[in-house]
Amino acid sequence: MKYKIDSNQIQEDLSWISHPPSKLWWSWIIFLLLCIAIGMYALYLQIAEGHIVTGMRDNVVWGIYIANFIFFLGLSYAGAIIGAFFHLFKVPWRRPIIRISSLIAVIGAIVGPVFILLCIGRLDRLHYLFIHARIQSPIIWDVFAISTYIVAAILFLYLGVIKDFAVFRDSSELNFSRWRRKFYNLMAINYQGKEEQKIIINKTRNLLAIILVPMVVIISSILSWIFGMTLRPGWHSTIFGPYFVLAAIYSGTGAIIVAMWIFRKMYNLKKYFTDRHFVYMGVVLIILGTGYGYFTFSEYLTSWYASDKWDSELIDKLLDPEYYGVWFFISNVLGILIPIIVMVFKKLRTPGLITLASVIVLISLWIKRYLIVVPTLETTLIPIQDIRPEYLFYSPTWVEYALTLAGFASFFLFISLASRFITIIPMSELAEEGGINIY
Amino acid sequence: MKSEKCGCSGPSRRDFLKTGVVALCGAAACGCSGGSNLLKEEEKIKLLSPDGELIEVARSQIGPAVPPVGKLEAREGIPGRKFVMVIDLAKCNNARKCITSCQKMHYSPSDVEWLQVKLMKDNDQASPYWFPKTCFHCDNPPCVKVCPVDATYKRSDGLVLIDNDRCIGCKFCMAACPYSTRVFNWTEPELSEEAKMCSYSPEASVPAQEGTVEKCDFCPDMARLGELPDCVTSCPNGVFYFGDENEDTVTNGEETVRFSQLIKDKAGYRYMEELGTKPRVYYLPPTDRIFPVERGLENVESDPLREMFKDIIDGSPTI
Ligand code: SF4
Repeated sequence: MKYKIDSNQIQEDLSWISHPPSKLWWSWIIFLLLCIAIGMYALYLQIAEGHIVTGMRDNVVWGIYIANFIFFLGLSYAGAIIGAFFHLFKVPWRRPIIRISSLIAVIGAIVGPVFILLCIGRLDRLHYLFIHARIQSPIIWDVFAISTYIVAAILFLYLGVIKDFAVFRDSSELNFSRWRRKFYNLMAINYQGKEEQKIIINKTRNLLAIILVPMVVIISSILSWIFGMTLRPGWHSTIFGPYFVLAAIYSGTGAIIVAMWIFRKMYNLKKYFTDRHFVYMGVVLIILGTGYGYFTFSEYLTSWYASDKWDSELIDKLLDPEYYGVWFFISNVLGILIPIIVMVFKKLRTPGLITLASVIVLISLWIKRYLIVVPTLETTLIPIQDIRPEYLFYSPTWVEYALTLAGFASFFLFISLASRFITIIPMSELAEEGGINIY
Repeated sequence: MKSEKCGCSGPSRRDFLKTGVVALCGAAACGCSGGSNLLKEEEKIKLLSPDGELIEVARSQIGPAVPPVGKLEAREGIPGRKFVMVIDLAKCNNARKCITSCQKMHYSPSDVEWLQVKLMKDNDQASPYWFPKTCFHCDNPPCVKVCPVDATYKRSDGLVLIDNDRCIGCKFCMAACPYSTRVFNWTEPELSEEAKMCSYSPEASVPAQEGTVEKCDFCPDMARLGELPDCVTSCPNGVFYFGDENEDTVTNGEETVRFSQLIKDKAGYRYMEELGTKPRVYYLPPTDRIFPVERGLENVESDPLREMFKDIIDGSPTI
C-alpha cells in the first residue's frame, strides 16, 4: 500500500497539537486523575496496614497484581516487537503504526513493573535486588531484562520522534507557547536535518530494531519462566516461554488497533489510519491469534489427556462453570474465535468491528493472565484443609481493584498526555515520504 | 527445662542478655530456667546494667548467656552435622502438641502454623491417617533456587533457613515450594513483650517481621545447646525422631535408634519423592497404628474443620 499523503497538508492536519485541549479532554484527564487518586489511597492503606488488605493469603500469594503485571508488559513487548519488526522489514504502511506501538511499548513498560512492586512485602528493601542479587533467580533475570528493555524501548521511540521535535521547534505554522518551544528545542538535541544526522538516527534505529526483536522474545520468555521454573501444575510447562511471547504480541496488536481507532476518531486522522490499516492489522491479529489458539489447545489438551493428578485437578477447576468455566470460555474460545470470524467474512472486516474484536482480545487476554496465576496457586499439592475462605480461594479486595483501576488510568493518562506532546502521526517522516522535507 | 527462642525468660534478664552484659556477671552467671520459678521468693543478686544502673535479679534467672549466632555463622551451619527427621505416621493421633509448642516457642499467634497436621487419605480404599508436616529442608530446595536476594539459603548441616532481615517479601519461594510450607506475615505481627526483646537470628526466627516469609527452621539454636526441637519433645506419642545423619542416630526423646536401620526396617519414605526435591524428612508408613484415626478429631477445636475432617474420613480421598 502506498500512502498518498499531501505532505503540505500534514502540518495543517496535525496542527491541533498546538491548540489548547478541549474541555472534553480536560474532563477525561481529571477523571483519570481521580481514578489514580483512589488508587493512591488504596496504596496508602496497603502500605500502612500491610498486605492483609489484599485478598492474597498464604496459598494464593500472587493475585490480580501479577495478572496486571503480565498484561501491561505483554502490551509493551508487543508494541516494541511490532514497531521493530515493521521498521526492519520496511513494511510500506508502517509509519503511523510504529509511532503508536513504540508509545505503547514505553508506557506499558512503565506501568507494568509498578504492579510487581505492589506484590513485594518489603518495598523498603527493594535495593537488595541489586546489592544482594542472586543470579539463579528468575526474578533477577527479569530485573535485568526489564531494565535493559525499558532503555531500549525509550530510545527507539525517542529516535523516531526527534525529527518531529525539530519541526515543532522551528515550524511557524504551529503556535506553541514559549515553554513548549523550549521543551522541543531541548528534545530535538540540535537536529537540523543534516545528512549525517539523518544517517546517525537511521543507523541507530536499525540497530535498536535488530536488538529489540530477539530481546522481546527473550524477555517475555523470562517473564514466563517465573512460573515455568516452579513445580506447580499449569505452570511447569515447556510451552510457557513461546506461549507468553505469542500471547503478549497478540494482546498488544489488539491494543494498537484500539489505539488507532481512538486516535483516528479523536483527532480526525482518517487519512492516516486508513481502513486498510485496520484490515492489515486485523490480518496480523488473526495470524497471531491462530498461533496462540494452537498453543492454548495443545497446552490444555496434553495436560487434560495425560491427567496427572494435580493437572487434572486444575483442569477440572478451569472447566467447571462454577469455578472458572465462564472465564475459561471467554478467554480461550471467544478471545480466539471472534477475531477470526470478523476477519474471515469480508462484510465484517470494518474498522469498527476489527476494533471490537481487538477489545475482546484484550479482555480475554487479561482474564487469561488471571487464569494462569490464580487457579494454579489454588491448586496446592498438599491439601489446604483450612476453613478460612480466603485461604482456600482468592478473591481480590477493593484495594486491589482500586490499584488495578489506577494502573489502567495511568496507562491512559500517559498516552493521552504523550499524544498532546508528540503527534501520533510521524509528520516529518510522512512528509519526507511524500517528497517534501519539512525536516 | 523449657528454654524459649531467646534462651531466657524474664524480660529484665532478656534485656540484660541482649545488651551483652553477661561478662559482668562473672562467677555469678547464671542458669536460665522456666517461668514457673519466677513466682517464688528467691535470693536476689545485684548486677550492673549496661546503662550503669544497679538492678536486682533472682538467682535462678541467671544462666550462661547463649547469644544468637551471627548472620554469617547462621548461613554456614553447624560443622559436621547433617540434620534429619523421621516422622512415624503410625503413632500420630493429631494431639496437636507439636503445633502449640512450636507456636509457643516462636511466639507465633495461634493461626500461624509452621507445622501442620493434615488428614490424608491416599485413595478410596486406603484408610485415612494424620500427617504432620514440617518444612522438609530439601537437599534440592525449589525455594532456595528462586530467591532473588539469597534471603533463603541451604546450609552445610542440611537446613534451609530464612534471613528475615534480608527477605524482600516477593513470595516467589512460597509459589515455588510444592509443599506449601511457608507462611507470610501479611500484617505487622502482634508480638509479645518477650518476643520483641529477642535479638533476631535466622537460627531462632524470632521476632517475626511484617512483609517477610517464615517457616519451620528445625530449631538449630536448640541444636547448638544440644537440645531437641520442641515439636519432638512435646509430642506425647513420640512421633518425631530428630537426629544427625552423619552419626546415623535419631531420637524422639525417649528412644534413640539407628536412622538407617529405622528407615530400612519400617520402609521409610520421603513424601513426593518424584518431585526430585530430596527432602530431609522421612516418613514411616501408617501401618499397625496405635490409635484409630477418629481419635484425632477430639483435638480439633473448630466445628467446621472437624466436619471437614469427618467428611474426609468417611468419604473420598482428600481433595
Ligand atoms: S519472599 Fe523472601 S525468602 Fe522468599 S524468595 Fe522472596 S526474598 Fe527470598
